Amino acid sequence: MTRQQVLDLYFMEARSKVLDLAAFLDRMDRAEGKEDFRLAALREAISQLQGRRTRRAEKVLLSLSDPSVTPVDRAMGQGACGAWAGPIAPARRKKKPNSV
Amino acid sequence: MRYIEPHGHMVSRTTDDYQDMATAGCQVVCEPAFWAGFDRNSADGFYDYFSQLTEQEPKRAARYGIQHYSWICLNPKESENLDLAEEVLSIIPEFLAKPRVLGVGEIGLNKNSRNELKVLEKHVDLAAQHDQLILVHTPHLEDKLKGTRLILDLLRNDARIRPERVIIDHVEEHTVKLVLNRGFWAGMTLYPESKCTAARAIDILDLFGTDRIWMNSACDWGHSVPLAVPRTALEMKKRGYTRDIIDKMIYRNPIEFLSQCPKFKVPEE
Repeated sequence: MTRQQVLDLYFMEARSKVLDLAAFLDRMDRAEGKEDFRLAALREAISQLQGRRTRRAEKVLLSLSDPSVTPVDRAMGQGACGAWAGPIAPARRKKKPNSV
Repeated sequence: MRYIEPHGHMVSRTTDDYQDMATAGCQVVCEPAFWAGFDRNSADGFYDYFSQLTEQEPKRAARYGIQHYSWICLNPKESENLDLAEEVLSIIPEFLAKPRVLGVGEIGLNKNSRNELKVLEKHVDLAAQHDQLILVHTPHLEDKLKGTRLILDLLRNDARIRPERVIIDHVEEHTVKLVLNRGFWAGMTLYPESKCTAARAIDILDLFGTDRIWMNSACDWGHSVPLAVPRTALEMKKRGYTRDIIDKMIYRNPIEFLSQCPKFKVPEE
């Protein structure tokens, strides 16, 4: 496909998604209380979009992934939340999972 | 358009979904054993579920002219209880012998725990002993990369397992290369939010080609779209893919993999 064709097919969808992301960050700023690790993880993922990079989707996924290689002793719950909490205490990981 | 839905949890869907899929050109649906949304308490519960997959669901699909096959296993979400897992593993061979069962699946990992790995290893051993195809579930979201690596290592360490007889499902941009480079088949799941959107799945085809890869809706009781495969085929058409390549992706590729099981019959034209 030409760049013009890609723009014609996907620009409006991408515009809508970047607006949703901006509105989400504004909503977070207006909200009260503490945030958890997911917001920092999302900001790190967003940083992968800037500049003339390649393989952005892969880099965003990698930035949100658990990079460790050792199995955990026991599954703590069954869902996933979309961002890696890091090598921290289980108590900090406690939050509602989003996936089945 | 003709297509095969190689991964759909149809016991969770309505007959309206079967009608829509048949209208869109679905000829075959394959249903891996799945988590019910809650942990079952006994092997009897699994026995009833496996009976539903192998006896009842093929009849329901047939009313819409769709062939139904299934895969049998204990889902990784229910692998922490090793005693129950052993009981369930002991009843699986009875179902592997059923005429519409394609193999062992969807096995794999969920939270990448030691017990999940133990149960995965037992499933792989079962598949090797009974010469079965394998369908592997890779974990969700932040757990996918680690889980995919652990699964690939485990499979490669078993010399009885031939990669061309294993499909690693739910690949995304950060795992597809790991899977294809090791000779396995890759499955892309088309979900509205998690896993792959249609656009991203087609990006993966742009980058990695159309060999040893299929697309599925993995429609279940959660947020999912039973018509995701034909809708993605339409998007492939918009992006300039030919009718022949689209047919390869949504029909001939599933047949190529599934035909390694002698029980799978290619739909009559």
